[in-house]
Amino acid sequence: MTWEIVIGLEVHTQLSTNTKIFSGASTAFGSEPNTQADAVSLALPGVFPVLNKGAVERAIKFGLATGSYIAPHSVFARKNYFYPDLPKGYQISQMDLPVVGQGALTILVEPLSGNAKPYEKTVRITRAHLEEDAGKSVHGAAQGMTGVDLNRAGTPLLEIVSEPDMCSAAEAVSYAKALHTLVRWIGICDGNMQEGSFRCDVNVSVRKSGAPLGTRREIKNLNSFKFMQQAIDYEVQWQIDTLESGGKIQQATILFNPDTGETRAMRSKEDAHDYRYFPDPDLLPLEISPEWIEQVRATLPELPHTKQVRYVNELGLSAYDASMLTSSREMADFFETVLSAVPNDAKMCANWIMGEVNAQLNRDGLDMSQSPITAQQLGGILKRIADDTLSNSGAKDVFRTMWAEGGDADAIIEAKGLKQVSDSGAIEAIVDGVMAANAEKVAEYRSGKDKLFGFFVGAAMKASQGKANPAQLNEVLKQKLAG
Amino acid sequence: MITYRPYLNKEFAMSLSTQDVEKVARLARLAMTSTEIETARAQLSGIFGLIAEMQAVDTTGVAPMSHSQDLAQRLRSDVVSESNQREAFQAIAPQVENGLYLVPQVIE
Amino acid sequence: MIESSLSQMGAALRAKKISSVELTQLYLDRIAQLNPALNAYITLRPDASLAQAKAADARIAAGTADALTGIPFGQKDIFCAKDWLTTCGSKMLHNFVSPYDAHVISQFNNAGAVNLGKTNMDEFAMGSSNETSHYGIVKNPWDKARVPGGSSGGTASAIASRLCAAATGTDTGGSIRQPAALCGISGLKPTYGVVSRYGMIAFASSLDQAGPMGRSAEDLALMLNTMAGFDERDSTSLQRDKEDYARDLNKPLSGLRIGIPKEFFAEGLDTDVEHAVQAAIAEYQKLGATLVDISLPNTRLSIPVYYVLAPAEASSNLSRFDGVRYGYRAPEYTDLADMYEKSRAQGFGDEVKRRIMIGTYVLSHGYYDAYYLQAQKIRRLIAQDFVEAYKHCDVIMGPTSPSTAFKLGEKGDDPVQMYLSDIYTIAVNLAGLPGMSIPCGFGANNMPVGLQIIGNYFDEARMLNVAHQYQLATDWHTKLPNGI
Repeated sequence: MTWEIVIGLEVHTQLSTNTKIFSGASTAFGSEPNTQADAVSLALPGVFPVLNKGAVERAIKFGLATGSYIAPHSVFARKNYFYPDLPKGYQISQMDLPVVGQGALTILVEPLSGNAKPYEKTVRITRAHLEEDAGKSVHGAAQGMTGVDLNRAGTPLLEIVSEPDMCSAAEAVSYAKALHTLVRWIGICDGNMQEGSFRCDVNVSVRKSGAPLGTRREIKNLNSFKFMQQAIDYEVQWQIDTLESGGKIQQATILFNPDTGETRAMRSKEDAHDYRYFPDPDLLPLEISPEWIEQVRATLPELPHTKQVRYVNELGLSAYDASMLTSSREMADFFETVLSAVPNDAKMCANWIMGEVNAQLNRDGLDMSQSPITAQQLGGILKRIADDTLSNSGAKDVFRTMWAEGGDADAIIEAKGLKQVSDSGAIEAIVDGVMAANAEKVAEYRSGKDKLFGFFVGAAMKASQGKANPAQLNEVLKQKLAG
Repeated sequence: MITYRPYLNKEFAMSLSTQDVEKVARLARLAMTSTEIETARAQLSGIFGLIAEMQAVDTTGVAPMSHSQDLAQRLRSDVVSESNQREAFQAIAPQVENGLYLVPQVIE
Repeated sequence: MIESSLSQMGAALRAKKISSVELTQLYLDRIAQLNPALNAYITLRPDASLAQAKAADARIAAGTADALTGIPFGQKDIFCAKDWLTTCGSKMLHNFVSPYDAHVISQFNNAGAVNLGKTNMDEFAMGSSNETSHYGIVKNPWDKARVPGGSSGGTASAIASRLCAAATGTDTGGSIRQPAALCGISGLKPTYGVVSRYGMIAFASSLDQAGPMGRSAEDLALMLNTMAGFDERDSTSLQRDKEDYARDLNKPLSGLRIGIPKEFFAEGLDTDVEHAVQAAIAEYQKLGATLVDISLPNTRLSIPVYYVLAPAEASSNLSRFDGVRYGYRAPEYTDLADMYEKSRAQGFGDEVKRRIMIGTYVLSHGYYDAYYLQAQKIRRLIAQDFVEAYKHCDVIMGPTSPSTAFKLGEKGDDPVQMYLSDIYTIAVNLAGLPGMSIPCGFGANNMPVGLQIIGNYFDEARMLNVAHQYQLATDWHTKLPNGI
């Protein structure tokens, strides 16, 4: 009996504006409680929302980046419920007419297990709408009391809703990662999951092949990809077990406990589904002109998927390399800067970045933005490989020195005497010397013992203190040994 | 012709159940005794009788009107304009500690 | 002095015939003497008022005085005023000392006006009789056994008894015009969006509009010049060029086309009111106006539409009053839900709770289309009635209220009867049009009758002209209640 898994995501991305969506209070993270809770964030009597242009611009960017419909006319609505972190007693959101409509995101799915190959998949986006974040409850702030900090209240969110197009935890995680990359790529969200800038709600249901959709349960507020995978795996198994033992799935909102790896249903609010949505009378309809959309489009960087296609088609990289190099905007910028030093050696650039650089970063626990070697510095090394100044081993030597001590490639080569000997006269002299010192072996070689060639290469390289250009050395040796 | 009677005509009147009123009071977070619920039920039924006349109007093809102005939302530039006024704002709060507003323990 | 117009008062102040401190003290004395019987004010801070007066005198001395500098005004207690208790007539805000100024308050402050006190009102502006205030009912100075109207009843009562030079009001369904009519004063509700709502505690956001109330149209024009203007803190505030609302006061009325809606003179209108209004319209004909019969066929639907839309918006607007960040919190509760429910049940009065419940019900799942959406559609039909009417006339006239001031407690137990009395004023709010009421005589029991003048969008200057010309030709607006 096979079960199909159906997964859809609702992702709350905190938009990287300076101020809140409906007021001029700062959105900076980590301030003292309630020091960024202005009159609007506190819902003092008599204050009203005024929409932040920066939030709308970011929503437009997202719409453009996913080829989505950008609504010329959208409406803010009130979602009414009482909660201490919701000062107005309603959240301003969008319901019937969201700012961004249907679109799609093409992702590379990396299977989580076995040696299955990565594959491409297109996930449809249902909508994305602007809304305000709630404040934070601090439990146990005083004996038996909860403290409320409204600094975060009113921070702009773009809630991105997908179609239930994903059918495994791997696909869901890959989609979430691709979205995470994209929102940082286009600069609308800092993607900081610890600080709650990127939070995922995952809707999971299972069904027998070909059967109608099953009842879904919504896993709330996942803030790590690892937890997402664990939560989905657990939830899918739980749903299958429940159904196979004759049980029924009740629609529910559930929480994932990272400590136990289990999911559990939240205490249901009896009136949770009567939010009494209605158009917010304090806000007029949001109008977005074609001219505005074009202005925003002009500020959009080349998107990851476009870059991937270009890297494959124009630079001859593999699909895998192209995908890795576009996993973040820092990575792609790094690659392209290195490439500008050696425009004809894309593959070498890719190998160095994903090889030496990544290995060192991992070893030191750093990310790309913290790399002690800049793309310009690395370009300096690769340039010297390309013009035969450096041998590969010499280049690695330079790289290690540069990582530890800084400096530019040419200065290190000079200081360490790593300059490759490519002067044919000098190489011939070295070869002559080696042959003279090993006359017997020369004779053996000439009598047909070809295997000795390696011995001569080693000896000559040693004589050159490792600096001889290997290709040139081979050439000269071959000629001279042939007699 | 203004005639007040039809509003109050029994055929338009509707009657709310006690459960309806209890549900609404709960949604609106208003504690009400059973006597208050009963009074409210009678009064609200009368008011909904008044409102009921609206139902007979044919509004096919009429766009709902949320605002009296046919204008678009004005946008604010993304510049910080508010400064910290916690002290003034919390001076009028029922219960605060360490800058936090206190409420009875929230259980999720 | 207290019978001088605002411009005369301003001139006297600037000519130093009287100081602002003296004028303020004069009103404070009157308030001390007369207010206990009327209850028109909720909060008085004589020291703060006199300090403002002193500053105004300094400004006058420095020669930088504006038209309203030094004149004492009452401010409806719906407007947040920094350091002033701002209750909105509710126990819910019994301890809310506002940390900020409403736009309207700032405008008066910037003009150098004196805030004489916060005037009483129906709780959260919900009411037509000023009987729902937590701070006690307000009496009508023409007959203290009668209501002053509402919700700006404190303002109307204070002006009629000369307890301020003029004062502010707000109008969601008639709350400026109806108390103006019932107390024999003048009041103007501008086009929606002309006066910023910032700092005005919201009742029904898409209908609420602040406006001036005073003794004459001329005074209202001067006040509106100060109150109107764009404010970026209210998304519904209109970006329009500044205008002088007094510019047309003296234009003759010849050629003016007055629309008379037949629906305003049908069953339900008391005869004494009808006679006074008809006499006023006849006076306008003498002044050169012509009458046009018009129809506003959806008038009677304005009541059900209003009593769906206004409570719906109110139910949501009043959710912020939860006892967490400011305002009333119940002294005892068992948990969070109990704290919410008790604080709100104890902090809100019956009428407010009633409207919150109506609004919650009409927005709740399963009823939205039948009530809220249907009401919004009919709202458009009501607005279109006016568009059609203004093809044939310049202003519309009729009664403000179907009856003169009723007895205190007379309609208290029957909310439906109370709601019906808003029949002539509500449609104006639904359409967002400007409307005003001016005194036009007296009905039975010598109670004042108000003439309603409804203008087209942004036609305030013309309406003030129409009202002022009438007030030049008649003296109803100068009549005083006995004992004042």
